[in-house]
Amino acid sequence: MKSYQAIRTTPAPDSAVVRGPGEVEVRLRVNGATRTMSVEPRVSLLDALRDRLELTGTKKGCNQGACGACTVWVDRRRVLACLTLAISCENREVATIEGLADGDTLHPMQQAFLDADALQCGYCTPGQIMSAVALLAEGHAGDDIEIREWMSGNVCRCAAYPHIRAAIRRVRDEKGSGDAAR
Amino acid sequence: MSPAIGGTLNRVDGRFKVRGESRYSAEVPVTNLAHAVIVNAKIASGRITAIDTSEAERAEGVLAVLTHLNLGRVATVPRLLPSLAGLAAPGQTFFPMQDDLVHYGGQPVAVVVADTIERADHAGTLIRIEYETTPATTLLDQARDRAYVPERIFGGLLPGHSSRGDVAKALAEAEVCVDATYRFAPNHHNPIEPSASTAVWEDVDRLTVYDSTQGPNAVQFTLAELLGRPPISIRVVSHAVGGSFGSKAMVWHHPALAALAARHVGRPVRLVLSREQMFTSCGHREEQEQQITLGARADGRITALRHHKLSLTSPFDDWAEPSLQSPSVAYTSPHYEGVYHLVRGNTITPTFTRAPGEATGMFALECAMDELAERIGIDPLELRLRNYSATDPESGKPWSSSGLTECYQRAAELFGWRDRDPRPRSRRDGQWLIGSGMASALYPVTQPVNPQRSRARLYNDGTAVIEAGVSEFGTGVFTAMTQVAADGLGIPVERVRFVGGSSDLPNVTAAVGSAGTSAVGSAVHLAATQLRDELIRRAVADDHSPLRDADPANVEVHDGKMVLRDRPDVGETYADLMHRTFVPDVEVLGTWNPPPQDVGYGVHTFGAQLAEVAVDADLGVVRVRRMVGVFAPGRVLNRKTAHSQLMGGMLWGLGQALLEATRMDPRLGRWANASLGDYLVPVNADAPDVVVDTIEVHDEVVNPLGMKGVGEIGVVGAAAAIANAVYHATGRRQYELPITLEKLL
Ligand code: FES
Ligand code: FES
Repeated sequence: MKSYQAIRTTPAPDSAVVRGPGEVEVRLRVNGATRTMSVEPRVSLLDALRDRLELTGTKKGCNQGACGACTVWVDRRRVLACLTLAISCENREVATIEGLADGDTLHPMQQAFLDADALQCGYCTPGQIMSAVALLAEGHAGDDIEIREWMSGNVCRCAAYPHIRAAIRRVRDEKGSGDAAR
Repeated sequence: MSPAIGGTLNRVDGRFKVRGESRYSAEVPVTNLAHAVIVNAKIASGRITAIDTSEAERAEGVLAVLTHLNLGRVATVPRLLPSLAGLAAPGQTFFPMQDDLVHYGGQPVAVVVADTIERADHAGTLIRIEYETTPATTLLDQARDRAYVPERIFGGLLPGHSSRGDVAKALAEAEVCVDATYRFAPNHHNPIEPSASTAVWEDVDRLTVYDSTQGPNAVQFTLAELLGRPPISIRVVSHAVGGSFGSKAMVWHHPALAALAARHVGRPVRLVLSREQMFTSCGHREEQEQQITLGARADGRITALRHHKLSLTSPFDDWAEPSLQSPSVAYTSPHYEGVYHLVRGNTITPTFTRAPGEATGMFALECAMDELAERIGIDPLELRLRNYSATDPESGKPWSSSGLTECYQRAAELFGWRDRDPRPRSRRDGQWLIGSGMASALYPVTQPVNPQRSRARLYNDGTAVIEAGVSEFGTGVFTAMTQVAADGLGIPVERVRFVGGSSDLPNVTAAVGSAGTSAVGSAVHLAATQLRDELIRRAVADDHSPLRDADPANVEVHDGKMVLRDRPDVGETYADLMHRTFVPDVEVLGTWNPPPQDVGYGVHTFGAQLAEVAVDADLGVVRVRRMVGVFAPGRVLNRKTAHSQLMGGMLWGLGQALLEATRMDPRLGRWANASLGDYLVPVNADAPDVVVDTIEVHDEVVNPLGMKGVGEIGVVGAAAAIANAVYHATGRRQYELPITLEKLL
């Protein structure tokens, strides 16, 4: 299982060099691997992941920051990849749903979603899971009221919400919120 | 039935979905891919007088800009026909970009193709279009005086007017009358996956389209007509679909536009609708108003029901969601009249939206029933029981199965309904006024008209592949089909792989009208059981089989082993037989011929919905505290996935009741809130815990497995239960959805 606690990376160098508007080389660290691509600076992290790196596990539901389907972690924090420029993530640690399982063994949150049937069409699911794992690490899963509030950035139109809460409770209760994220 | 059926098997596609490995239509890897973006009309009515694409064409990376001037004409625009029919199923009888006319806001007027999505998007903003604007009708209130009663609605499948008895006389003689008008805001489906089509021409007459759809075959047939090509040249693939709720039930313009753009640029093209475009590209639940007049005796027995609906449709089609159908048979009412009134406006043709018609029609009826119960002074549940009809009131025929009274009873128990104080505003919890309400749920059992097919192939290691063209958009159909096949073949679910989601596979109807799982399930059941029978036939005819000369009717299969029913120690496995006879695999095509439309019974699915709400006494904020839904959907193939779907439906009802409204700006003729930030759908904080239960009624009429479907019944009545609970909490009747807080101040 991968840790939500990413390795601390050095902050982005304060650079006065102007890059773009044409394509520039951007290096990203995604799920622990370095990936290089040539993209315009306006390319979002979401489109970089989906269209350039073929990491399509991160979903595009609105491209406007309103649905949470594109939730990934950048330097241990959940962010909306559609509102984040890929180029702004250089020298940061990006984590996506594809990096969560340990080989064939699902992350406990993935397994809990499966067992609790916390998904139907599955399109919001990667974002829900990335949020849910982060939620535990943030300490925002104390009770259902808290879970409901802190998971409300992830829309599920199939409305699997009660089951999503059940999955989160299960992982919380099995592991204790301290190390559930690991 | 074997343990494969029923139970709580985890979704077979769930593992891929939680890992982010399922490929939805915009995610299938394609080399040399170009990206297309649709540009939409900014006016609701008028004509394009000038269109300047030169700057867009010069922009970096742009491969083509298509407009009505250079797109070319489509071969045929097929007429609107619901996709359940199994034929071409366009969402409207209109295809854009064929001339300079604009009929509705958001109509496609150009398509830009570029090498990256960012460049296509940007170039779209560089197209300059001039319009001549004509007055538009976008709200019911602008055109009530132009209403007409259509001869038929819903693609010609339902009459615009129906009646029995003498409703006017019965209403005049009624001892109690409730007369109320309900208004409904337009609603949009908003699946989280926006519709997407990726078109790949392998050569001049071989096209593959990866499309997000409820029916790959419907897309294939529609494209064949639009493009003027035989179906053999078109393959439509839908591996995983990110929700639909009706938005992907019919075939809209984007797959054809993607195919035309791909042919134009000579490269594969991906066309993904933006969230904003999802509000103007695949229909919606239309703005509507319903008037209900209920006549009853003093004891609450209904004598007459008059139900009229007025709604907005497009310039092209007489579309109304069939709101009057289920209410017309919900209770005994000897005298009945139902009439659809339509107004033509500047809109895309509205379409199926989850529980299409029942969500609004049953809302109106069930709110009126609540008023009637109060008027008469009896418990709302008791009123329903007094009016329960053991036969279909329309035809007088018995129900194929019902279970409604059991649903009421079980739901009341689970909820604790009996302790309810009927007086409005009788319960308070600090700041919050607490109320509870109930409603009945009805949804018709719809049947496909054409044969449904599935292929089953058993390999000589005892594993099986089952195929049918159905797509998986969250219903759990791949999981349920795995179970049905395992049950039919007598092998464990782990040894079955179900393959669906392609028009190359045996043809089944689009999975619509809650009929998808039962239609394909019937075909899969027949394929699997016929394959089993074929293996048994071979075994009893084989000299070397321990089953030689046995009566096939006396052979059953457990865990892949064919054994004598009365001597389970005598037998052999499928694998043994096949190895011994040098057979690599055995394959069978199962065909289910649906029953005729009139099966001699009334066929409906029933349920009961209960809700408890808390309304802030000062602020009018409504919170739904809990919901209980009990349904009788016939056989339940998988309790886990079926209950999930019912729960999702109930929370859709919550959205309909309290949140969901698309607002028209009549000045611009465009939706004012076309985003997920402004069109409110339930989020986690809105969703209470939901109790779902099912009553398994036995039904031998509807199909071989006795399934009636769970996709939509969960929505029906949920909003009415909430509105009735709001009344109980506050003493204020609600006649308009959604119930936003200003209505309670
Ligand atoms: S796609 Fe990023 S929030 Fe919806
Ligand atoms: S599972 Fe379909 S949107 Fe959440």
